[in-house]
Amino acid sequence: MSVTADHIREKLTKELGAVHVDVEDTSPNRCATSYKVLVVSSQFEGKPLLQRHRMVNTCLAEELKEIHAFEQKTLTPEQWEKQKSQ
Amino acid sequence: MNSLIGSTVRCLRSGAASFLSRRADGRVCTVSARLLCSASDIQKDLGEMVKKDKVVVFMKGTKAQPMCGFSNAVVQILRMHGVDDYASYNVLDDQDLRQGVKVFSNWPTIPQVYFNGEFVGGCDILLQMHQNGDLVEELKKLGIRSALLDAEKESK
Repeated sequence: MSVTADHIREKLTKELGAVHVDVEDTSPNRCATSYKVLVVSSQFEGKPLLQRHRMVNTCLAEELKEIHAFEQKTLTPEQWEKQKSQ
Repeated sequence: MNSLIGSTVRCLRSGAASFLSRRADGRVCTVSARLLCSASDIQKDLGEMVKKDKVVVFMKGTKAQPMCGFSNAVVQILRMHGVDDYASYNVLDDQDLRQGVKVFSNWPTIPQVYFNGEFVGGCDILLQMHQNGDLVEELKKLGIRSALLDAEKESK
């Protein structure tokens, strides 16, 4: 299985009911496959950071085996709107 | 033993279950058996390691010389809060540790931060906690007064 930004975006959108997903391939900056993602989903509502990140990790469990470095930002739709307006 | 360490000082991803080692007769063989043996020891050790100190960080490199941007970020953030006296373990020194801590924490990447034996998260989470003030609070719960509180006081 080859990990691609599109594949990651699709999976996150489908499994986490995300309303917005940004996937950045940061591999050129590092010596190996790396990604940076922003996931906006109402499923994160009321959940502490660690739990949100674990949801993303679980969703991408297979892909993470191939990924060397991974950054993630998890927001609820409300937090995202707020961030956009800043 | 040295050849094992030598062969892992590349951008090796976790998940590799076997290593190449040169035996005395010069032939190369895999040593997955050795890994399986020490894997459960590592899990037990980790349980103790994370409880031994209030703040524990598993990172790439050392506090004095981090070998990765994310690990460095964790060191810098903690330093900003005046937290310098914590246990840090270099996963680059030990492939069993590097893989074992990912299994132990059920977390795919390094660095990994523990407060009072409890997993906090990686660089992303620590950074967000630092930015939203949660880190100062969590350190307070550990009985550590963040240096940023004093810095704030001085500026007022």
